[in-house]
Amino acid sequence: MMTEASPPARPTRPVTQRLTTVADMRPADDFLERPQKVVATNVNFFYGSHQALHDISLRMPQNCVTALIGPSGCGKSTFLRCLNRMNDMIEGTRVEGEILLEDIDIYRPKTDVVELRKRVGMVFQKSNPFPKSIYENVAYGPRVAGVKQRDVLDGIVEQSLRRSALWEEVSDRLNESALRLSGGQQQRLCIARALATDPDVLLMDEPASALDPKSTARIEDLIFELKDTYTIVIVTHNMQQAARVSDQTAFFYEGHLVEAGATTDLFTKPRQKQTEEYITGRFG
Amino acid sequence: MSAVLPHASADLTAPKGQRRWIEGTMHTILWLCAAASVFTTVGIVLILLVESLQFFGHVSIVEFLTGTTWTPHSNPPQFGILPLFCGTILVAGGSAVIAIPLGLGAAIYLSEYASPRMRDVLKPILEILAGIPSVVFGYLAIVFVSPIVRSIFPSADIFNALNASIVVAIMILPMIVSLSEDTLRSVPRSLREGAYALGATKLDVTVGVILPAALSGIMASFILAIARAVGETMAVALAAGKRPQMTLNPLDSIQTMTAYIVETSKGDNPQGTLGYQTIFAVGLTLFLCTLALNVLAQWILKRMREQYE
Repeated sequence: MMTEASPPARPTRPVTQRLTTVADMRPADDFLERPQKVVATNVNFFYGSHQALHDISLRMPQNCVTALIGPSGCGKSTFLRCLNRMNDMIEGTRVEGEILLEDIDIYRPKTDVVELRKRVGMVFQKSNPFPKSIYENVAYGPRVAGVKQRDVLDGIVEQSLRRSALWEEVSDRLNESALRLSGGQQQRLCIARALATDPDVLLMDEPASALDPKSTARIEDLIFELKDTYTIVIVTHNMQQAARVSDQTAFFYEGHLVEAGATTDLFTKPRQKQTEEYITGRFG
Repeated sequence: MSAVLPHASADLTAPKGQRRWIEGTMHTILWLCAAASVFTTVGIVLILLVESLQFFGHVSIVEFLTGTTWTPHSNPPQFGILPLFCGTILVAGGSAVIAIPLGLGAAIYLSEYASPRMRDVLKPILEILAGIPSVVFGYLAIVFVSPIVRSIFPSADIFNALNASIVVAIMILPMIVSLSEDTLRSVPRSLREGAYALGATKLDVTVGVILPAALSGIMASFILAIARAVGETMAVALAAGKRPQMTLNPLDSIQTMTAYIVETSKGDNPQGTLGYQTIFAVGLTLFLCTLALNVLAQWILKRMREQYE
């Protein structure tokens, strides 16, 4: 596990750097041949009468990082929130189309949304620790899932905090309020909290957008490590981040999926003019 | 910039006479508005203190606070406030026992469970309930609540503490519901989403995350409602009776501090007599009780704000 002092597993580059060079990116591997974890087909999404997503089809392979990019309001977060039915909480929303988690349509009427969200964890843009202790934040998911034995909970809490690279910093003050952690630590706590329910898929909605460059680099390293275990879908405003952490990138614009493909391909030879203009910073 | 504004050449150092005059006058008028409430408060407290001090010149404060018999108009009179205090506690406590679970339940329903349409129906009804004059509750207690209470508990007096507790509970209910609901709804949406995203059910989220996060605001709403119940007068004066006695039996006829003040101030105690001064001593006690409760509620609310910031 990394600490602040030890060198990162992988060189981290300054976030301010302009578009990453081809050499920095991992080559487009065979990720599309991997098993498909989440498959969205012809997804339309409506807020009342306003259609926010138009006919989105996207495959998210297992143990891959899929980055959703695009300008504000393009629908990338809305799409992400369709994947764990978080949009159900907003009155007057409606989904059409099919989203398969492995082979289960998560929008079929008898889906247990509570079970779905245990398998599809989520980390939010703004860290949202509960006003409880560090320990209780991480233990919350297992507790609502019915885990009661203290030693089991202890084990889950430690393992989750280690995975989110926070254990070294908080192991001696697990009973302190989570609200006293720094912004970067709070976000890693929220990642630990999401990992504690042992999900298959991890959704991240701009997880580093409110963090300083150093914390951002840590979160990115973490994503890189976590994809060995999880399937990750990340929304980001930051194209360098998308280029650094993802295997697949999907570019959204005005509710449409303009283009999706291997991250290396999309950033080096975009097929669509809109994609090219966006990634070269001409708009957005 | 080529456009020349009207003031472009004005002297920047001194405000013009007319503008300064208007500003100064407005400042004074607004200050007087603010001062009026301050002076009124100070005046009321002073009158309470001065008249009470005269009373305590005749009756020792220890006897007043510890005596268990309140017979100010007997001969010789006895001035132990405990029976009145006990009556107030009985009515306020009883109403809290009824109103707090109901109010909290309703607040949770409105904030977490009710559809927007249901909320749009229920909230105005609560506001209507809050607007019903307390004297109406008083006679409802006598003509409606008391017969029911006596049919269930035949030993109950016609005027009893339970009557008053029930109607006071209804009176403070809207306050608990609306203050608690505000607090529950002010729990950031991000916390709810965080909990739901972990596979929590609505009950898990409400009990495990929303309620603890809103706890201090909810406690403050309870305390403010109890303060209101302590100070409630008209319904209690009508429904609870006028027999000051040391009892914790809600079926007994009792008298509260407020009801005593009503009874005595409409009686024929000439100004300056000891009987007349009792109402100031009781009023001061009542004021200190509600003040303490209000300060406590403010303190709890302040702590909550610090927790969120």
